[in-house]
Amino acid sequence: MNFPILSSLILLPSVGALFLFFTKSNKKNNFTVKYVALFTSAANFFLSIYLWILFDQSTSEFQFVEQRVWIKDFINYKVGVDGISILFILLTTFITPLCIISVNNSIKERLSEFLIAVLIMESFMIGVFCSLDLVIFYLFFEAGLIPMFLIIGIWGGARRVYSAFKFFLYTLLGSVLMLVAIITIYWLNGTTDVVELYKSGVDIRYQNLLWLAFFSSFAVKTPMWPVHTWLPDAHVEAPTAGSVLLAAILLKMAGYGFIRFSLGLFPAASEIFTPLIYILSVIAIIFTSFIALMQEDMKKLIAYSSVAHMGYVTLGIFTIQQQGIEGSIIQMISHGLVSAALFLCVGVVYDRMHSRLINTYGGIVSIIPKYSILFMIFTLAALGLPGTSGFVGEFLILMGAFKDNFLVAVIASIGVIIGAAYMLWLYKRVVFGKLINIDLKQMVDLNRSELFILSCLAIPTLFFGFYPDPLINTIEVSISDLIDQYNFKLASKL
Amino acid sequence: MENLQLILPEIFLSLSIMFLLILGVFKNNSSKLIQNLSLIILIITAVVTFNETIGISNTKLFNDSIIIDYFSSLMKIITLLAAFLVLIISSNYLKTFQIFKIEYPILILSSVLGMMIMINSNDLIVFYMGLELQSLALYVLATFNRDQIKSSEAGLKYFVLSALSSGLLLYGCSLIYGFTGSTNFNVIANQLNSSEYALTLGIVFILVGLSFKISAVPFHMWAPDVYEGSPTSVTLFFTMVPKIAALTVFIRFLYVPFLNLIDQWQMILIFLSIASMLFGAVAAIGQTNLKRLVAYSSIGHVGYALAGVAAGTNDGIQSSVIYITIYVIMNLGLFSCLLMLKRNNQYYEKIDDLSGLSKNHPMLSLSLLIILFSLAGIPPLAGFFAKFYVFKAVIEQSMYFLAIVGLMSTVVAAFYYLRLIKIMYFDEQKEKYDTDHGFWLKFSLTASTLLILIYFIFPSQLIEVVSRINIIQ
Repeated sequence: MNFPILSSLILLPSVGALFLFFTKSNKKNNFTVKYVALFTSAANFFLSIYLWILFDQSTSEFQFVEQRVWIKDFINYKVGVDGISILFILLTTFITPLCIISVNNSIKERLSEFLIAVLIMESFMIGVFCSLDLVIFYLFFEAGLIPMFLIIGIWGGARRVYSAFKFFLYTLLGSVLMLVAIITIYWLNGTTDVVELYKSGVDIRYQNLLWLAFFSSFAVKTPMWPVHTWLPDAHVEAPTAGSVLLAAILLKMAGYGFIRFSLGLFPAASEIFTPLIYILSVIAIIFTSFIALMQEDMKKLIAYSSVAHMGYVTLGIFTIQQQGIEGSIIQMISHGLVSAALFLCVGVVYDRMHSRLINTYGGIVSIIPKYSILFMIFTLAALGLPGTSGFVGEFLILMGAFKDNFLVAVIASIGVIIGAAYMLWLYKRVVFGKLINIDLKQMVDLNRSELFILSCLAIPTLFFGFYPDPLINTIEVSISDLIDQYNFKLASKL
Repeated sequence: MENLQLILPEIFLSLSIMFLLILGVFKNNSSKLIQNLSLIILIITAVVTFNETIGISNTKLFNDSIIIDYFSSLMKIITLLAAFLVLIISSNYLKTFQIFKIEYPILILSSVLGMMIMINSNDLIVFYMGLELQSLALYVLATFNRDQIKSSEAGLKYFVLSALSSGLLLYGCSLIYGFTGSTNFNVIANQLNSSEYALTLGIVFILVGLSFKISAVPFHMWAPDVYEGSPTSVTLFFTMVPKIAALTVFIRFLYVPFLNLIDQWQMILIFLSIASMLFGAVAAIGQTNLKRLVAYSSIGHVGYALAGVAAGTNDGIQSSVIYITIYVIMNLGLFSCLLMLKRNNQYYEKIDDLSGLSKNHPMLSLSLLIILFSLAGIPPLAGFFAKFYVFKAVIEQSMYFLAIVGLMSTVVAAFYYLRLIKIMYFDEQKEKYDTDHGFWLKFSLTASTLLILIYFIFPSQLIEVVSRINIIQ
């Protein structure tokens, strides 16, 4: 396999963005601009499907590895995928075209700039998930801040400036410590190549501090309680497509980072800090679920539910059980689909009524039935009803947690109930009940593109709910190998 | 005398300055001619430097008072190119204020000559001579727009404070001479006896003088006022060129005669570096004038360059040189943008004047966006790599405190860069600015933006250029 498929995946959206950059932006061209962006991202999606087909599920080795000298005697440009990362790449390439279709209704001005930002974002995100060098990873990880800052700041709502700044500075502050840790690893081991580092391990005396440095970055990005406060602000102010990108893909970078780096490089430290993660995760699950219960703003409610869901993810990862980690990855994929869909659902009614407040709505089920059905599917998926992908993830995580720590698992299970409460209550208040606000009668049901996007998200949500095997088969070997490595390193004090 | 060709660049430059002076006196309306000639002279000097001295390693001339090696040649070429770029983009600005006179290029040339002597120096006296030559030219340059009271004030302020720092510096030199019996760097190195605290005092005094020249905290007070008051093209010169030369001397002075006393001066350098980084980041937040903001930002950037010097290794020195080079490119782009904010023969330099720039001038604001993100050190832009190399060298020496404080202050600094971006992109638009800029201004903006943007594709080249610098044998 000589064709550099991963580099193509990274570069293709940027090339599309470059093309848009040289297209004159005016109202007449908006149509062309959109189709160029859509075509690029769709091509990228099919390329990633092709990657999945070629992907060999029976090995945990990195596949499609490309390596080039980048900074001589220092850093190699190295990319590759294993079972853990490939699903995230698919998620990214799947969500981006849907985002681009969704701009129809929400983005009115500077369309081509917006699409450029989205496409560049896609490049960076794919880069994050397939880089096999710490410095390259950091580069992509941080670079994503620039387009997201602009997306929130330029196309966002009323308090967009505050939110954009908060988002940028929070994440930057979290990440700089990771840079120190990366350079330290370079001086300890003489390389930043992840595969080499997996083999050689990191000096046990430094592991705790290095783990904390990585943690500071990932905790902000996840986001974990108590550094989650940027997320509701960013979500509320970002345009719909921005919220979707943020919830579906950006939040997954940290979960991925925990599995790839915290577990892979610092097993001894991960063992020590597992209680910390458990406590923070449980607080996130219970505490933010209660906060979500009290929200008036739909986007804010979903944002807080994201924090709770990511709490399950971190909990599952640090159970260091096959089921727990598998569950975390499936939960992330499922959350990527479901939260994206929920934000789009909010976007749909926002575009019509220009309000995100829950009490604006009520009794819309008879006015916009198609919307109500799809919204219900995603609500149920978010609360983890069996038959949706949300259930598979949560169930596996809780199973892993019960094996590792009974108390934590019990508390986390209580979170599931609260989760069901706020999601159902949200649905009840928005869709059912008496029609009080007469303006709602003028609402039109989903148009073709909205129906298309939401169905695209509903199909995998249900499909993987009933039949999660394609996902589990992809990640299974990589995870069991990761856990073996973890236990081996722990035993041999590496 | 067979080695005279090694100082051919300096000889050529000084003869050219004299020739241009005479030409300017005898020929009327010759400012354009002299401007063009100066540009050619700078290029020729750079080429001669490249041809004659880049391959020379460690040759000393005139009783060992001048040193020619790869480091000095490289820094001279960077200085000359930076001066060339400043000169080429400043003509429109000067014409607007009707100060496009013959003195301007000549003063720039003579300060460059002073810097070249500074860079070459291997002796306290030679070093001082070069320093004063460049400072004298800079005083006049600061007041160049003499009809404006702010410009005169800037020049006077710069003169008084600079004279003070020169005094301190000379006092330090005399202390060192008193204890070692020589002004030559190599002789001093051999005569060192670390038990003599007065010698440390001498180093401190010289460091104070040098810190003043590169505006490191706590000797930065002059910078915001002078940067604000001087004509913008001169401010551009101030933020770039003298810093290259002063940093070179900083490195040479610390690493040749006083390498053995590293324990004594490393603490001072770490302090200077941390103070500059933090102060530059914090003080810039409240600024409303773009030139003052740039002044504080340049104070911060000097802090990062000094962090590399503080590491005490060849890697550190190299990272410092990379930092200053990338900084020069970023600053050039930034000032090209500033020089484009012109409407009806008036330049705008308030932060609010950037408001909504992205709607009227999308390309200009996109370039500025890239430059600002790069200055903030966000990957994958060049500014990130500059910081990355510096902190790599710093962490190698286990100086974690310096690294963490430095990186934290980048977060603070990111705030004010983001504020500029916010004003450009998120705020309401104002009147349009002129778009008929000179070719060179557009060129320098485009070139610097592209360099910043695509640096990550070929990061090895710059490293290779500086990797031949090895001061510590």
